[in-house]
Amino acid sequence: MISLYTLILGIALLLIGIYAMLTRKNLMKIVIGFSIADTGTHIIIVSLGYLRGKTAPVIDAAVSVSNAVREVVDPVPSALVLTAIVIGLAVTAVMLSFIVEMYKKNKSLSIDDYQELKW
Amino acid sequence: MIKNVAVLIAVIGLVAIFLPIISGFQERDELNELAAQYVEGSINELRVPNVVTSVIVTYRGLDTLGEVTVLFLATVGVGLILKGKKEDRIKISASELLETTSSVLVAMIMVLGIYIFTHGHLTPGGGFQGGVVIASGFLLLLLSNVSLKMNHSIMHFVESLSGVAYVAIGVAGIVLTVGFLNPEVLPLGKFGNLLSAGAVPVIYSLIGIKVGSELTSILVTMGGEK
Repeated sequence: MISLYTLILGIALLLIGIYAMLTRKNLMKIVIGFSIADTGTHIIIVSLGYLRGKTAPVIDAAVSVSNAVREVVDPVPSALVLTAIVIGLAVTAVMLSFIVEMYKKNKSLSIDDYQELKW
Repeated sequence: MIKNVAVLIAVIGLVAIFLPIISGFQERDELNELAAQYVEGSINELRVPNVVTSVIVTYRGLDTLGEVTVLFLATVGVGLILKGKKEDRIKISASELLETTSSVLVAMIMVLGIYIFTHGHLTPGGGFQGGVVIASGFLLLLLSNVSLKMNHSIMHFVESLSGVAYVAIGVAGIVLTVGFLNPEVLPLGKFGNLLSAGAVPVIYSLIGIKVGSELTSILVTMGGEK
């Protein structure tokens, strides 16, 4: 049952993040919205990999070697999320350095002052 | 006004997309066939106790190589965007508290980072996590010592060297065993030992060094030093 709650939490975070990206004017707040949506996606993926009453896919005292297949959760979503976290970090770093450059040029963090790509 | 309506419609549409996922969600009881294969193979063929590590380093090793490339591109991108003339900044030296704490903590943080990436095949953790911990140690060093100059060429050299070694181990897998990034180029050893699982700890340590130097380089670039 716990994975249903974390799934709802993840979807809520994703929606909050997307709402923030759509409505906020401040560039920094848009990046924060992106980070929240990113975290929500990670929680959704990990929730989908959970199996009822199983433990982490690391063989130690809690998991027997012979019966490991019946005792661990799905390792693939965890590996995917690890990849996604690193990519999210890289994207955030590039976005923040773009904002630094934009602020140096126009001395403004409001997205209303950047009309070049508006249609 | 029109914009608010559009945002509302977009959010409601997303809720409508996600509702079936929540209502149709059922906790599973058993691993699917692929995941069961990964768990079995990790224990019996690769002798890696941490199944997530064996998925990342071996079964999906090519994806990890791509991921490391993306991180490298981000480092280059940040450097390219933020390059240009150096700004005149007023530098305020760090507080005594921060300086004293960092002189005690930096060495310990580095050791923890190295521990995390060398034991990535045995315990939760690995190259990416260990690399981030090492970069956080360097961040503490940069914050506590404002006049510190990091040598960019050494960082780029370490990073390129570990990247080349990573690909070289992968190519050795083609020559000596059945395929690219196969960890059996080194002896597999005993299950659960530090020096076991073939090339897995070596590859993860290289990834840790690479990620650590890349993130440190991003931090130094963002700090405005050239």
